[in-house]
Amino acid sequence: MDSIFTDILAGALGRYNYWVVIVLMMAGFYVVIASTNLVKKIVGLNIFQTSVFIMYISIGKISGGTAPIVWANAELYSNPLPHVLILTAIVVGVATTALGLSLIMRIKHAYGSVEEDEILALSQAEDEDE
Amino acid sequence: MLLCEQQTPRGLNQLPRKKTEMELAVNITLLLMLCATVFAVVKLQSLFAIVMLFGIYSLLSAMIFVALDAVDVAFTEAAVGAGISTVLMLATLVTTGRWKKKPERSGLLPLFVVTITGAALVWGTLDMPEYGNPANPAHHHVADRYIAESPTEIGIPNMVTSVLASYRGFDTLGEVIVVFTALVGVLSLLQVRRPRTFARKQDNRPDTHRRRPYPVLQVVALIMMPFIIVFALYVQFHGDFGPGGGFQAGVIFAVAFILYTLTYGLDDSLALTPLPALKILAAGGVIIYGGTGVVSMLLGGNFLDYNVLAANPVSGQHIGIIVIELGVGITVASVLITVFYAFVTRAERNRAGEKQVDLPNKAD
Repeated sequence: MDSIFTDILAGALGRYNYWVVIVLMMAGFYVVIASTNLVKKIVGLNIFQTSVFIMYISIGKISGGTAPIVWANAELYSNPLPHVLILTAIVVGVATTALGLSLIMRIKHAYGSVEEDEILALSQAEDEDE
Repeated sequence: MLLCEQQTPRGLNQLPRKKTEMELAVNITLLLMLCATVFAVVKLQSLFAIVMLFGIYSLLSAMIFVALDAVDVAFTEAAVGAGISTVLMLATLVTTGRWKKKPERSGLLPLFVVTITGAALVWGTLDMPEYGNPANPAHHHVADRYIAESPTEIGIPNMVTSVLASYRGFDTLGEVIVVFTALVGVLSLLQVRRPRTFARKQDNRPDTHRRRPYPVLQVVALIMMPFIIVFALYVQFHGDFGPGGGFQAGVIFAVAFILYTLTYGLDDSLALTPLPALKILAAGGVIIYGGTGVVSMLLGGNFLDYNVLAANPVSGQHIGIIVIELGVGITVASVLITVFYAFVTRAERNRAGEKQVDLPNKAD
């Protein structure tokens, strides 16, 4: 009994990071599809994105390892490859966020609103006018 | 899978047990705090609170990256996610308003979709290799070579910089071009103009454009700016030996000018860093990076093969990495400064109450 319990615990601890990442990812996904406010959608998209970063870095982690910078006392280094991929992804992430936010400001300018349903109603009314 | 099971006990027994337990405890706690922050974001209606919580979320994930040994990533996330992203979102709120309306849409369908997707993903993780196991396949394709060879082959201690700037230099060039393209996109959507030009059109409201002087903040900002810039230069050129590099340095450099804009206003900061110069620098960084590749081709190597840049391959790598990191830093800094100026211009236009004539104005 005891060994089964420790096996399950070890299995759960071995996947804990991935599960938390999935919770965060789904929370971000929920904000993107359920919120009507465009700024909140961008925040949701960023939460989704950061959860993917945590996933990659968790995959690159080695228990008992240290940061991949040469050090005389180090026995084991964590995997530097995911770090590189995510480092550049973060900067690209802020670039796309900036683009999304500028689109929102133009939408606000054109429609006077950043609520999705109001924008849809306005553009439908415009179509009927024409 | 069999291989993993055989190697796990041996691999783990070699490690100091206390250290791994500590790591695990820190990891679990931080991830739970992250979940709490995200649920608050989902629930809240005040956009200002949501954006501030997003900053906290980024800072917490930076702490998790430190716990997971990704110090370079943590540095970038703290500077970009908690710093620049939050500032840009706050600048957007000036234009769009601080409160969101209650969602009229029922949350049940999205909740259903999210639950099903999440369950499928959790089912997928059951086949994932165990977290932290040194025998995992992710650690044994090219990572072995990066860890074993890069300190002698490239000659710099920070493996992340070696991989970023040299082994995967093509990727990084692509990322820099993406950042530059984002600037082109933002500038085609929003313009950067001096707020003075709006004020001239609004003779009846001469004072709306003028910022109240903030003497204390302005003095503090002026004292801090040189230190921020020196720190950015340190991060830029120390990136070979410790956490840092062009991306982080560029962000920190941009922060110095964002601080200046916040305290002195857009007029003064545009006089300090004129827009044409920023545009030239943003393109110049990409050209420095790509030009290094062209030079290495002219010297008889492959594109971005730094070995040929000097008589000794290791010094060639050193020169190549310093030059391309400089290009990255210049582009990232000037792109972020310009994007911030564009956001501030839009906010100032709203403040000055400038009426728009180029587009039909609905409910302003």
